[in-house]
Amino acid sequence: MTSARAHLVLGIETSCDETAAAVVRRTVAPDGAVRGEILSNVVLSQVEEHAPYGGVVPEIAARAHVEHLDRLTAQALAEAGVGLGDLDGIAATSGPGLIGGVIVGLMTAKGLAFASGKPLIAVNHLEGHALTVRMTHGIPFPYLLLLVSGGHSQLLFVSGVGRFELLGSTVDDAVGEAFDKVAKLMNLGFPGGPALERTAERGDPKRFSLPRPMFGRAGCDFSFSGLKTAVRLTVEREKEKSGGLTEEDKADIAASFQATVAEVVADRVRHAMAMVKPEMGAGPCRLVVAGGVAANRALRARLDGEARTAGFELVVPPFGLCTDNGAMIAWAGAERLALGLVDGLDTAPRARWPLSSLQSPLSN
Amino acid sequence: MSPDSPDKPAYISLPDQAATQDLGRRLARAVRVGDVITLRGDLGAGKTTLARALVQAVLAVHGIEEDVPSPTFTLVQTYETPDLALWHVDLYRIDEPDEVRELGLDDALDDGVILVEWPEQGGGAIEALSPDRLDISLSLMGEGGRAARLTAHGGWVERLPEIVKAYGNG
Repeated sequence: MTSARAHLVLGIETSCDETAAAVVRRTVAPDGAVRGEILSNVVLSQVEEHAPYGGVVPEIAARAHVEHLDRLTAQALAEAGVGLGDLDGIAATSGPGLIGGVIVGLMTAKGLAFASGKPLIAVNHLEGHALTVRMTHGIPFPYLLLLVSGGHSQLLFVSGVGRFELLGSTVDDAVGEAFDKVAKLMNLGFPGGPALERTAERGDPKRFSLPRPMFGRAGCDFSFSGLKTAVRLTVEREKEKSGGLTEEDKADIAASFQATVAEVVADRVRHAMAMVKPEMGAGPCRLVVAGGVAANRALRARLDGEARTAGFELVVPPFGLCTDNGAMIAWAGAERLALGLVDGLDTAPRARWPLSSLQSPLSN
Repeated sequence: MSPDSPDKPAYISLPDQAATQDLGRRLARAVRVGDVITLRGDLGAGKTTLARALVQAVLAVHGIEEDVPSPTFTLVQTYETPDLALWHVDLYRIDEPDEVRELGLDDALDDGVILVEWPEQGGGAIEALSPDRLDISLSLMGEGGRAARLTAHGGWVERLPEIVKAYGNG
């Protein structure tokens, strides 16, 4: 491999409740296929610190990021067996996310870039999720992307680095937020998504009939607010009937909620697959699911069936790379660097930064 | 009357989502720099729907069209117009009032308006922000309908009757 075709990048992620750093190498094979190699991937979850609050508290997050980031960055470099001088670039999430945390990560990266003379790459957190499958599976553009997490529910057509066409998004709550709030309604614990999934395993998904927002409607938009309200009313009705929720009630409500979400998401994805199929070109059609909610097994199983029916292949990154991590930021940084896309040290952090506003000046 | 003394609460019935959105648009015409609007109500009572309508109506005056996502995840979403900045705040995930003071809401009022969902999580910090405050409580009433209870403080005392008038006796 020649130096022009390999890029070694440090990535820093601090946009929500994880402090993370990683070193990734991106290489391009002679046939043009990309290949990613994770040399180190250190994630310090702040979940324990947040657990008493039943959620992610941003200022606590910013302080914890400050406390741990230098050590994690050093550890990522050490585990990769490289020094700052060996890197081709330094990438950090510069939005969207909790602004305090984003500032901490971006400032750290700027300091390292300035000290080492290496280029800074300001990465959009969502692009990190969106490009992860190219690192893990080496898949080429284009593909259909379902991005589902605590803060986002989007369907995007991805045709290149920095090239995203928004097909649909949530008009109210994100799907991960709905999972968290429903989990909190029944005191299932934090983080709410995995807790709800565990509870749902023992439940009857058919016991409660819940509304399916947007189901069957044209387009690819999501809505989860009404479903959340319906679950709340169901919880209250059951409590009134018997003075409290039994474990069985909780399991049945969780299972019914999860099945309804899967059904609604599958419906939206079905529309999106029909929309993008003509754009997919000659290669295999791929549906990629990214973001923390991609870890939900019931949703994955449902989407796998939907994808097969539509002639798509479902691709999901390994579980540890579905949630926030540094490797995805390092990878997205390497992808941008390979196209010559670097950022100045005056780059500002951004609390909001929609993927569809990204522009890539180069075709790829 | 001292600027802090609240007016009698007014009650409005909001039979459907369109009515909630209409209230948001009426409030948008009345907001001024330095205002705080609090939104109380259980999960699903319609707080974000009302806040979204208000934010979108304020932006629409300047021809700005933007998605207004739930701020639960980011805690704060800000929107800029040439006249004022809108801070849409959600304290749902905060249990520790001390954390609220670190959000920089004080400075926001210099050129902005703050909408706060779950203000009770702030343990009084929100109420201390501004004398010009409108408290709104939303509750579910049967099939999809909502009731809103509005309590004006300070500068809102003379602005609220104009809004409530449109709803008759509610």
